[in-house]
Amino acid sequence: MNIVVCLKQTFDTEEKITIKDGQINEDGVEFIINPYDEYAVEEAIKLKEQFGGEVTVITVGPDRAENALRTALAMGADKAVLINDESIFGDEYTIAKVLAAAVKRNGFDIVLAGNVAVDDGAGQGGPRLAELLDIPQITTITKLEIDGDKVTAERDVEGDVEIIETKLPVLVTAQQGLNEPRYPSLPGIMKAKKKPLERLTAADLGIDPAEVAAKTETLEVFLPPKKQAGKILEGDLDAQAKELVSLLRNEAKVI
Amino acid sequence: MAKKVLVLAEAKDGNLRNVTFEALNAARRISNGGTVVAAAFGSAAGGFVNTLAHYGADQVVVVNNAKLDQYTTDGYLQAFTRVIEHTQPDAIVLGHTALGKDLAPRVAAKLDLGLISDCTDIEVNGDEVITTRPIYSGKAFAKRKFKSGTLFLTVRPNNIGFDEPDTSRSAQTEELAVELSDDTLRTLVKEVVKKTAGGVDLTEAKIIVSGGRGVKSAEGFKVLYELAEVLGGAVGASRGACDAGYCDYSLQIGQTGKVVTPDLYIACGISGAIQHLAGMSNSKVIVAINKDPEANIFQVADYGIVGDLFEVVPKLTEEFKKLLAEG
Repeated sequence: MNIVVCLKQTFDTEEKITIKDGQINEDGVEFIINPYDEYAVEEAIKLKEQFGGEVTVITVGPDRAENALRTALAMGADKAVLINDESIFGDEYTIAKVLAAAVKRNGFDIVLAGNVAVDDGAGQGGPRLAELLDIPQITTITKLEIDGDKVTAERDVEGDVEIIETKLPVLVTAQQGLNEPRYPSLPGIMKAKKKPLERLTAADLGIDPAEVAAKTETLEVFLPPKKQAGKILEGDLDAQAKELVSLLRNEAKVI
Repeated sequence: MAKKVLVLAEAKDGNLRNVTFEALNAARRISNGGTVVAAAFGSAAGGFVNTLAHYGADQVVVVNNAKLDQYTTDGYLQAFTRVIEHTQPDAIVLGHTALGKDLAPRVAAKLDLGLISDCTDIEVNGDEVITTRPIYSGKAFAKRKFKSGTLFLTVRPNNIGFDEPDTSRSAQTEELAVELSDDTLRTLVKEVVKKTAGGVDLTEAKIIVSGGRGVKSAEGFKVLYELAEVLGGAVGASRGACDAGYCDYSLQIGQTGKVVTPDLYIACGISGAIQHLAGMSNSKVIVAINKDPEANIFQVADYGIVGDLFEVVPKLTEEFKKLLAEG
């Protein structure tokens, strides 16, 4: 089975966000594989273990994104593609076009990705890519079964579960609960250093950056206003409960 | 310039969702005196026309096709693309819901459009529309706009708001036939397992009662459900509570999990890890109940009670019952 995973390197979720020169400050930040993409990597490796084949991990990003690809290789992916070309670091529209070109070039039976990245949080990559590849999509999956070319998945729809059937090729996006990603083993980490990692540019993919130029632009990033210290209630618990209910009605006016 | 703005109406359990009214409100503002067109799909769509008009639609395009009663990506993709080609809007607004997240990017890719998803605020200065959206799960925000072309937005539930319905308004209705052949519907919904039957959806809830490791067991969540029921709210959880198996991952609030912005968030036995705070700290009013006075959650709380949630929460439930009985 030809299995492709599109992933993104993101800030560790532990990181506090600061702004420097009008941009999100990356100084000293720990980077990880976007947690939802990590579920996609794990599921891809499980498919390979079950059906054989090859797992290719692809990302668009700067040099540091190589670490995320190496981590995926250490988990058990076979080869990686890093598209490191500033001329195509556009918006969601641009990135989907670039990923589609890279996935088509590689070939695929199934494409996996996270349902959303914890940094930009747009959640556009998966569905855009499925459309550009002209294949069905099943988003926010929590279970995946493949039998021949028949695909059955469970998807989380705002707490309810939909059971979906389709056929390969398909694109799925991972939701939390799909699996428990493995930690890379030491031999896995050693092997990953020797696994193939290809670096591509827009030109390698036959893309003219002007044709995939971003449709949107970011004007400003800013931090939410600091919250004022709240009120810690005092007295016995009965009195506190009464006071809180009264405050929520009369002061906060939310009840 | 006045704009024509298209909204896709979304219903759940037979009723239009509040996020559709918010999308209509956003559309009205973006239209700048122009026309707001709502699209409604499925056998029940005709019944939504008046309500859509009351909340701001000038025209309603009805696609009455039973194959659209249940959402499928391919069915809605074809129908909505057809509506867009038919109405030629200057802007499109959907809710950032399970449906909107699945559909909007795919439609954008098909029609070669940009898309700004998960907007929490919209500023309209004449022709210019500037959106605000959370990044890093609300640890920061970005202002974005379109360089050119059709505007396409999804709006996060519970943020844009909407006015009281104006029952004197009516809308022009148009039936649009869309053929959907079975071989173009590539995914089949075999079954929908309702887990939230009768409950309130977390992302749209006005009030959320949320539990963490301090709840100690699945059984312990009972007191939270009782409080949520009295308040007409939903129950959520921290990652700690989900990892410990006290509740389903679909309830998880945080940087992984759902990001919520209710009017009132009551955090019970939640320490307040940075990932959890990212998912809820933009709630309008936050109450924290925790035994540990040093817990991080108190840093973002508007009101705090230091105490055992199993003592405090039942007392609150009783007090709210009394208050709401008074009216």
